[in-house]
Amino acid sequence: MRRSQVFSRKNILGLLIFTAILVLINFLPLDNYYRKIINLSYIYITLALSLNLINGYTGLFSLGHYGFMAIGAYTTAILTMPPEAKDAYYNIEPIYEWLKNFNMPLIPALIVSGILAAILGFLIALPVLRLNDDYLAIASMGFAEIILVLIRTQFRITNGALGLKGIPRVDSYYLYGGVALVMIIFMLLLTNSTKGKSLVAIREDEIAARSVGINAYLYKVISFTIGSFWAGVGGGLMAVMVGTVNQMQFTFQLTFNILLIVVLGGMGKIWGTVVAAVIVTSALELMRFLDEPMNFGIFQDGLPGLRMVVFSLLLMIVVIGRTKLKGRKSRA
Amino acid sequence: MLKLDNITMQFGGVTAVNQATIDIDKHEIIGLIGPNGAGKTTAFNMVTGIYEPTSGKIFFQPDEGKDPQDITGMKPEDIADLGICRTFQNIRLFKQLSVFENVCIGGFLRMKTGWLSNVLHLPAYLQERRALEGEAEELLKSIDLWDEKDTRSSSLPYGKQRRLEIARALATHPKLLLLDEPAAGMNPQETQELMAFIKEIQAKFDLTIFLIEHHMDVVMGICDRIYVLDHGQMIASGVPEEIQNNPRVIEAYLGVEDA
Repeated sequence: MRRSQVFSRKNILGLLIFTAILVLINFLPLDNYYRKIINLSYIYITLALSLNLINGYTGLFSLGHYGFMAIGAYTTAILTMPPEAKDAYYNIEPIYEWLKNFNMPLIPALIVSGILAAILGFLIALPVLRLNDDYLAIASMGFAEIILVLIRTQFRITNGALGLKGIPRVDSYYLYGGVALVMIIFMLLLTNSTKGKSLVAIREDEIAARSVGINAYLYKVISFTIGSFWAGVGGGLMAVMVGTVNQMQFTFQLTFNILLIVVLGGMGKIWGTVVAAVIVTSALELMRFLDEPMNFGIFQDGLPGLRMVVFSLLLMIVVIGRTKLKGRKSRA
Repeated sequence: MLKLDNITMQFGGVTAVNQATIDIDKHEIIGLIGPNGAGKTTAFNMVTGIYEPTSGKIFFQPDEGKDPQDITGMKPEDIADLGICRTFQNIRLFKQLSVFENVCIGGFLRMKTGWLSNVLHLPAYLQERRALEGEAEELLKSIDLWDEKDTRSSSLPYGKQRRLEIARALATHPKLLLLDEPAAGMNPQETQELMAFIKEIQAKFDLTIFLIEHHMDVVMGICDRIYVLDHGQMIASGVPEEIQNNPRVIEAYLGVEDA
């Protein structure tokens, strides 16, 4: 905690590079597919940092992130869909009248999404954070599933399993990258503050942290709530990027992908997470060709799932390599 | 200053501490000794709120003017706020954090600024933090750890880790400091230094100290009074000379000769 760690050379350099990329990438003539990968990378930066706050910094092994993303996605969808679109797409049961005309511009909608996810995160955190690690992972996942069951069954709000279409799509690097930039700055400020250090202290040794006067339970609840807020914002961004939301999108796999980024980028590391988010998102997309039909002589059809097999292998190699590198460093 | 009134701690069928009464006055250094498993650390855990006693009360009087306060079953963080801080038998540092950060965290409980001004780094927060860091710097210099301020705390040698843990506790500005086997694993020379160190911080920070220790030279050398626990029972208490010659204490430590 030396002075001005927020504005350390590394952080300033990182922010400059990030901003430069954010601006310069607009001048590249990229087709929609690549634009989508870039925007998705930005969203994953936001999401992975929010999970890193909970998992990496505070040491809470939560697996329920996708539930909060779902809340954010549906909230943004409902708040930004024009009333006509709501009339057209709610075809199981019509939407509640008061929700139909409840509209707002995108940025306030994203903030409301975050706040709703945060409120829910807070309510879930109250009982769940009384549990210790292993149970927390299960309980947080259980709550995420409850959220999804509610989404599937509340036809008049969410249109049930059919999902929502007709969300005004936004295709702008500045939106997704801008939110990611705000999130990065927020994390730099938080983790270099005394509150951020207290969270790390709780992760390192909860009993010791409490014995020097840190209210561990309260801090964990706050950390979880903040993480849920950003998960909600990230979910909202996903909704406007794709233009549809569907409960099928929000599976445990989604938390897993984000967790992967956090582990790869380093628990409790901000820039590592940013780089890992870009790499994992791009790699997952660019390796899609592996799932397509190929001519191997013996099998003519594609091997669906081969992408994940190759990806997992790569991941194993990277993680093993990283631990080896680390081991060498600490021995030196 | 601290009074344990007839406290008992039972874990299922095991009685770890049985109706123990301890009374500590301001500025005293009090030792708590006893064979392994006698319930010493359990007593500490009850004082610091990690366990709630099965029966009995614990009172703490932070200042002489104030009424003693019942702290039985209070949360550890609230007890730390009142001015009781401790170290642990198996050192509990924030391992991945630097020496300097460890000490700073000890001072956090005195910070008044909230989450928002923390995250936004508002002037009030920065000012408070500068004061805190200045104090941590002074504290580290006074215990000769300033040169290692950026070292990861887990890579310090053992003796320094012990000292750092005490420094972290001191950063909370405790009135009562609980030391759980501060000399464990130290060689005779380190033990001598530790005794001097404890004496020094007691005078400097106006402390009352309650310590568990197995090194008899430490206990006999610096304690004003000593309590002896054996199998959860308080078997003796008094000044060091009395304890040294008390037959029950000798019996507890060495066993009785068969008649």
